[in-house]
Amino acid sequence: MLANLTLGVMWIGLTCYALFGGADFGAGLWDLLAGRSGPGAPRRALIEHTIGPVWEANHVWLIFVVVLLWAGFSPVFAAVMSTLYIPLTLTALGIIARGAAFAFRKASTELWQKRLFGACFALSSVLTPFFLGTVAGGVASGRVPPGLAAGDLITSWLNPTSLLGGVLAVLTCAHLAAVYLCAETERLGQPELGAWFRSRALISGLAAGAVALAGIAILHADAPRLFHGLTHRALPLVVLSACAGLAALALLRRGPGLARPLAALAVAAILWAWGVAQYPAMLVPGVTVGDAASTHPVLIACLVSLAVGSLILVPSLWWLYSVFQREPEPAAAPGEPGR
Amino acid sequence: MFAVPLAHAATEGDLSGARAQMGFSLAWHIVVACLGVGLPLLTLIAEWLGWRTGDPALRILARRWARGMGVLFAVGAVSGTILSFELGLLWPGLMGRYGQVIGLPFALEGIAFFIEAIFLGVYLYAWDRLPPGKHLLTGVPIVIAGVASAFFVVCANAWMNQPRGFELSRDGRVVSVDPWAAMFNPAAPPQTTHMILAALMVAAFLTASVYAVALLRGRRDRYHRAGFFIPFTVGAVVTPFQLVVGDWAARFVAHYQPAKLAAMEGVYRTGDHVPLTVLGISNGHSGLKYGLEIPSGLSLLIGYSPDTVVRGLSEVPRSRWPAVTGVHLAFDLMVGAGLFLLLMGGWLALAWWLRRRTGADGVLSVPGTRAFLTLAVLTGPAAVVALECGWVVTELGRQPWVVQGVMTVRDAVNPAPGLLNGLWLVLVVYFGMTVATVYVLRRLARDQPVPIAPQESDVPRYPVT
Repeated sequence: MLANLTLGVMWIGLTCYALFGGADFGAGLWDLLAGRSGPGAPRRALIEHTIGPVWEANHVWLIFVVVLLWAGFSPVFAAVMSTLYIPLTLTALGIIARGAAFAFRKASTELWQKRLFGACFALSSVLTPFFLGTVAGGVASGRVPPGLAAGDLITSWLNPTSLLGGVLAVLTCAHLAAVYLCAETERLGQPELGAWFRSRALISGLAAGAVALAGIAILHADAPRLFHGLTHRALPLVVLSACAGLAALALLRRGPGLARPLAALAVAAILWAWGVAQYPAMLVPGVTVGDAASTHPVLIACLVSLAVGSLILVPSLWWLYSVFQREPEPAAAPGEPGR
Repeated sequence: MFAVPLAHAATEGDLSGARAQMGFSLAWHIVVACLGVGLPLLTLIAEWLGWRTGDPALRILARRWARGMGVLFAVGAVSGTILSFELGLLWPGLMGRYGQVIGLPFALEGIAFFIEAIFLGVYLYAWDRLPPGKHLLTGVPIVIAGVASAFFVVCANAWMNQPRGFELSRDGRVVSVDPWAAMFNPAAPPQTTHMILAALMVAAFLTASVYAVALLRGRRDRYHRAGFFIPFTVGAVVTPFQLVVGDWAARFVAHYQPAKLAAMEGVYRTGDHVPLTVLGISNGHSGLKYGLEIPSGLSLLIGYSPDTVVRGLSEVPRSRWPAVTGVHLAFDLMVGAGLFLLLMGGWLALAWWLRRRTGADGVLSVPGTRAFLTLAVLTGPAAVVALECGWVVTELGRQPWVVQGVMTVRDAVNPAPGLLNGLWLVLVVYFGMTVATVYVLRRLARDQPVPIAPQESDVPRYPVT
């Protein structure tokens, strides 16, 4: 019971990371494809303006997931990290390059610097979700056995399911970002920018859908257990994801504000479909949630501290997002020292 | 809960690579993390003073430090994330078995870090959206959460020195875990206090150093004097407390980790009237050579009496000895740097007191002699040296254990081959990040500030050279 609760909380964290952190990565992809410095400038400015204040808070969801996995399910953490250490090391370096380069670009003024840091930021924004996707694929297709580095160091992440996971992760992030940014342009009243991001949202959404369809065949051949789970127990969630995704695409033009939660729902539903399909196995096929869970005092301590912490966190987070969703307050008369 | 069987490194090179990678990324992160804890406090002091007095010099200072804080926080956030990855990537033996024991402080640290990130986002980006007083208040949670996350992380490190709160079953499983007992282990109070004060000192003296250079180059305007005086005063106030806390920490180690203290002081044979040896290198088996001996000094320091018995390395099997020369020299270097900082703080206090008595201009007139300023430039590097050396003493002094008396580093490593390649990659990426960080910070210090907030329209007109 406690183990399931911990897993559920961890999965909520993972969902938040995919929805918020994922959109930040996707924004990096659009930054890469925003075009030459002239016409690309307003697009890049919008991206910077939108993710600047929130990306660090969004990034913390990843730490949340990692810490909860190691505190709640230490042997699974050890198995995943040791077997998949190559893609995870690359993920870690991608996280460094993305975050640091974004902050550096914001602080630099000359074009060549902005280009250099921008390229670094954008490139790592694509590679990081790709490698995280391959990790998810490796775990979901049962290629991580318990023990230390007990799985194959290469094929555990270079395999059909992992590649599917990687590509899907990149496309999903791109789609989420384009939809969010499209809604943002609506709020700011910038129709030309909105059209640019709308077409990108459409393309990336259709591409993600196509890859997901092709994925059915891949999973059938490469990860039969996962396939079975997705087509039986988790089927309602898969259908929900498809419907929400299509509805988001249909609403892009008329109501981008509504498309945003629908696109998020599509992504969240597919993550939970994976979880439901695999449950109760954590390391397919042998290790279940119950096998891997820490002792009760640890789970209770972590859950209670998170519950208490969220009493501060949730209102603060809400405030963070809302401060930047409203227009600046009228300030004191110019020239008067701030008092 | 199943037991994680332990394994050994694929090659000795991979083990060394894993140790070097962990050590390097920690040594890098620790400096940035200290700035992340200390710089918000300095920035808030400057902003508060600037708000109170309306002095544009102070307000522009606050703005610049805030921008530097933004860059350093981003770099600190990502370099810290890597560490939590590396714990699993490089030391899955440790995490697979004891991850649950030290999970709680990390979960709490995650919450603190979350709060820090949220309020930093508001503080940095809402400068023009909030009235000044309210804006100042959004900075307070950053300081509190920064100190709190340092506390939680160091609690976990303290656990590695004094593992508590669990039992091992015969088949190597961890049973009856008490996460609170693990977190509040006996080493936590001295270690966390020592670290938090160190963070404040590093941030304060490093910032002061930068402005000391400017003052030396003849830029003696109010802006540069304030940029020097505010952080240097904070550092000077904290340093004496650090001396007391450091003494407490050393006495703690003498009692709880005698092998570490023996290595710190180069004591091989247990006995009383043990001398204090300053500097010197180990002869490998019985003592230090080339050192300066103060008779009965160590016995006096630890127990206030020359009859105090100090336990030596000979009580520990030879295979369990830490690297004595490295630990001893790092310890002496840390103490030396700390004493230098104490003297510099004392000099400032004395000069301030003398000026006040003779009624010269206000508190912002720092001792202007070249000798003082030249030495003041060195306080930043000295604080960093003390920080890194203190960390070396803690970590190297615990070797060969990763968890004192419970698990060796050798048993904790990832058995996957090729770990050494990860080290090279990490070195390349960190090299780029170091160059870029220094470059961007220098740029930020030179650029004319952009007027973000309407209430600060006088700020960009303030002449800064």
